[in-house]
Amino acid sequence: MDVQPIAELRAVTKRYGLVTAARGLNLTIRQGEFLSFLGPSGCGKTTALRMLAGFEQATEGEVLIDGRVVNGVPPHLRPVNMVFQQYALFPHMNVARNVGYGLDQRRPRPPAAEIAQEVGRALQMVRLAGFGDRRIWEMSGGQQQRVALARAIVNRPKILLLDEPMAALDKKLRHDMQIELKSLQRELGITFVLVTHDQEEALSMSDRVCIMNQGQIAQIGTPEDLYDRPQSRYVADFVGRSNFIPSRVVGMAGDRVRARGPQGLAFTARTPGPLAAGTEIVLSLRPEDVRIAPLGAPDGHPMRITHRIFLGEHTEYHLSSVAIGHLVAVVPRGADAAAHDLEVGAEVAALWRDGGPLALTKD
Amino acid sequence: MRPALRTTLFLAPATAWLLFMLVLPLLVVVLFSFGERGAAGGYVPAFTLDNYANLSARWTAFRNTILLAPLGTVLCLLIAYPLAYHLAIKADPRWRTILLILVIVPFWTSILIRSYAWIQILGGNGLPRLIAELGLGRPRLINTPFAVLVGIVYGYLPLMVFPIHVALEKIDRRLLEASADLGSPPWRTFLQITLPLSLAGVATGSMLVFILLMGEFLIPQILGGGKVFFVGNALVDLFLQSRNWPFGAAVAATLVLVMLVTVTIYLRAMKRLSGGRDDVSMM
Repeated sequence: MDVQPIAELRAVTKRYGLVTAARGLNLTIRQGEFLSFLGPSGCGKTTALRMLAGFEQATEGEVLIDGRVVNGVPPHLRPVNMVFQQYALFPHMNVARNVGYGLDQRRPRPPAAEIAQEVGRALQMVRLAGFGDRRIWEMSGGQQQRVALARAIVNRPKILLLDEPMAALDKKLRHDMQIELKSLQRELGITFVLVTHDQEEALSMSDRVCIMNQGQIAQIGTPEDLYDRPQSRYVADFVGRSNFIPSRVVGMAGDRVRARGPQGLAFTARTPGPLAAGTEIVLSLRPEDVRIAPLGAPDGHPMRITHRIFLGEHTEYHLSSVAIGHLVAVVPRGADAAAHDLEVGAEVAALWRDGGPLALTKD
Repeated sequence: MRPALRTTLFLAPATAWLLFMLVLPLLVVVLFSFGERGAAGGYVPAFTLDNYANLSARWTAFRNTILLAPLGTVLCLLIAYPLAYHLAIKADPRWRTILLILVIVPFWTSILIRSYAWIQILGGNGLPRLIAELGLGRPRLINTPFAVLVGIVYGYLPLMVFPIHVALEKIDRRLLEASADLGSPPWRTFLQITLPLSLAGVATGSMLVFILLMGEFLIPQILGGGKVFFVGNALVDLFLQSRNWPFGAAVAATLVLVMLVTVTIYLRAMKRLSGGRDDVSMM
């Protein structure tokens, strides 16, 4: 499916003096999609968002919105709206005036009745109908968040930018809001661009996630893509968790790669592309892909249990052996009764499917 | 200790101070204003309204005060706001402290000495001479309302700059970004967000300057040269020179009344302007 791009970053670099906040960003944002920038603080995700909003101007490269180069265009002339981290609601205005602020700035100014109607509709959409006369400080954190959302969507922006909008909410409220935000996006059909450092938030809501690292895009893809086919150790580590085993390529076997671990142990792994023999790689093995069987199971690797952590819906085992090193395995509850009540110190066999591990070039 | 008792104890010094330094003297002033002048000056108990009936004799002092104090306040505000705005919002944060210190440096010298300096600047051999040599006539500056206003602005500017600066600095920059993001050009963001949110500082600064100006006597004395005098000068004259205490008390009581009325009207207006926010009306 070839969807119209609503925004593009073309080789965009942002420098503050000697500090490079974003480097060579190339990204196409599709009409109507929910895209997240995900990464630790200081990775450049907020800089990218602020360049779309117009608060920062690219040092190099081009930013396009709706097919138009917007470099140098100030924020008030861009067809995008933002939900700010601490909401940035105007404290001297009531809820309705906050929400209607954007419409009130249009020239020619829409009639008051029309603004009131649009404000009412927006408040209804965020389930705050009837709260128009409230003062901002009378609203709870979650309600303020909704006001901020209504204030942005009432303008029908081409892109809605969300800067860590849920960071200040408690966990339960955050989860509810995630679901609500996603359904609101479907309902409105507006492109949402979210910045977050919370991988769960990014994975659960987004159509695509753009993972950033040190000012650069590490990988862009659907949440499933990023989880199943990370292209670097950084992405594999940031999205979900993984065991990493340093290895060296021995050769290719069809589309699989054969490799040897630190103590000569042989692995067969998936690989994003062909790798030359002798290449240093790390093998990424998801904890849920590691199975535990009684010692002596065919193809099993003997390991010893060093920790057992009961986590309710699953149990986590930490395994150790000279050949492999340290390995984390997760056993879902009820999956395999025998693999559930193992004691620390027990000798077991660790198993994984052929091609369970993924070969990643070292970075 | 019971909380109520503790509160009372903590407030006792302040209460006593207010009682002895403000309420009691004020009562004495009001009492004196109904009395009569003794033969050798001072106060003789009596009950007469003559002192109030005679107020028009000091009309010029009242007129000057009532005109020049608000005008001086407005001038201070017009000069202080852009300055405070620049310091709080525009200036490089590294320079901000230094610039702020520069604003208060003049305070390190006595207002008396600084006002004498202005005599030199505005006097015959100062600015008027410069203007004359440029061939633009020879204006008279010293001992005019203009000179008094110059002195007022010079002396009171920092008192206006600081509260406004504090109010502006407290404004969350993201509010300005949000306004821009919602389609407001910079000048409208200033009118709709920055200005209303800094009104508390404007109110505090204006009150501070206005109240002090209503009682001012040093600047009119030095730069007005006895030609442009304030109620403050009239009071100095009545109490210290002609020793007509009852009449002086009547003038003082009237000044307090005028101030109460003006301040009340002003605070009401500010409250309406800022949409009924309490922090503005309470300064």
